Amino acid sequence: MDALLIEYLPILVFIGIAAGLTIAMVGASYLIARQAPDSEKLSPFECGFAPFSDARAQFDVRFYLVAILFIIFDLEVAFLFPWAVAFKDIGTFGFWSMMLFLGILTVGFVYEWKKGALEWE
Amino acid sequence: MTLAQFFTTHWLGHLIVMVAQCLAIVVPLLVAVAYMTYADRKIWAAIQLRRGPNVVGPFGLLQPFADGLKLVLKETIVPSGANKVLFVLAPMITFITALIAWAVVPFDDGWVVADINVGILYLFAISSLGVYGIMIAGWASNSKYAFLGALRSAAQMVSYEVSIGFVLITVLLCAGSLNLSAIVKAQEGGFWSWYWLPLFPMFIVFFISALAETNRTPFDLPMSEAELVAGFHTEYSAMTFGLFFLGEYANMILLSGMGAVLFLGGWYSPLPFAPFTWIPGVVWFALKIAVLLFVFSWTKGTVPRYRYDQLMRLGWKVFLPFSLLWVALTAAAIQLFGWGPG
Repeated sequence: MDALLIEYLPILVFIGIAAGLTIAMVGASYLIARQAPDSEKLSPFECGFAPFSDARAQFDVRFYLVAILFIIFDLEVAFLFPWAVAFKDIGTFGFWSMMLFLGILTVGFVYEWKKGALEWE
Repeated sequence: MTLAQFFTTHWLGHLIVMVAQCLAIVVPLLVAVAYMTYADRKIWAAIQLRRGPNVVGPFGLLQPFADGLKLVLKETIVPSGANKVLFVLAPMITFITALIAWAVVPFDDGWVVADINVGILYLFAISSLGVYGIMIAGWASNSKYAFLGALRSAAQMVSYEVSIGFVLITVLLCAGSLNLSAIVKAQEGGFWSWYWLPLFPMFIVFFISALAETNRTPFDLPMSEAELVAGFHTEYSAMTFGLFFLGEYANMILLSGMGAVLFLGGWYSPLPFAPFTWIPGVVWFALKIAVLLFVFSWTKGTVPRYRYDQLMRLGWKVFLPFSLLWVALTAAAIQLFGWGPG
């Protein structure tokens, strides 16, 4: 096998152990404890009422907006990772090209801010 | 073939060593999680001039095990309206992601299960995956409180993750490597040569973002009891709830570990001369984690909860521009004065 992949083998083993442990914990609890479900116990909690409607209703669009903004900035971080590691080797050109990239993103950020995409009132 | 040869050359020997290494991390970690819940309650109680748990065992030291046993013996309730497979899967995802991130954390020089060259990227990715457990839990429960709690929680976690990303970039600029052992080695020396000093504002941003990432006070909006019952895990019981609880504390320990590796010099002793260097590195690492965890509990006992708009304002309008600016400043400083990796 590839030497690079061998490095990741312990992580796979780790995931296996963590998954086994988790399943064992939930499974043991399920088997040991007495299970006596009834329809009231299994209905969704709603402060003593029978639930009024399905929970999967509309929600505020701002949560969606946050997710979109997150993708933009997280991608930006992903671009910065290799740049930061190779920073010593790419010299002044590398520095200024990334500053230009960050500058363009900052313009976008200022636009979002002024448009009120970051307001929560 | 001798036993030593078996463990170093045969594939089965390798596998046994790997499993042993993983267990050597997972078991102490679970004990640490158990005693973190105890320490958290004790510190919180001390701040409020109460005694805290003191009945089960001497000084209440067996309390976490009593709690764990109680959770195991409870009935596992899966609501009738829930998406059953996802409902059970969600706490497992939260707990597994909190555990597997430890595979790349160096406890001492060379004490690491998987010394991969993109360690910090792996940590960043795995800690992002935690949000899936919470979102799936909220959606699969089919309960309004769980759904609202999960939405809040997810939005909060992704908002602060952006700042954590920029903080990681500033550390990378200084260390010049993605490997966690190399990052620690770049900070070799006493406490004055660790990165908390040159990157002090980023250390603070990292710690506050870690509070928000783990949904701790003052950012515990997702489970603000007065309005959302228990947030995304309203419908959970028994061990499915227990996994969320354990996962939350394991995540706190993980982020403290990240803080210790990135800013507090990992396994190095704070004073690099004789009596202090005799203490093994893993003890220093554990002590640094313990100090950060104490600050977690201390914050919980002293700081009031934020409002949701304040929380989002702090994340997007303060931390994001500030950490972005700091990335540019750090890069400029290294470029101009030739600081950083030689």
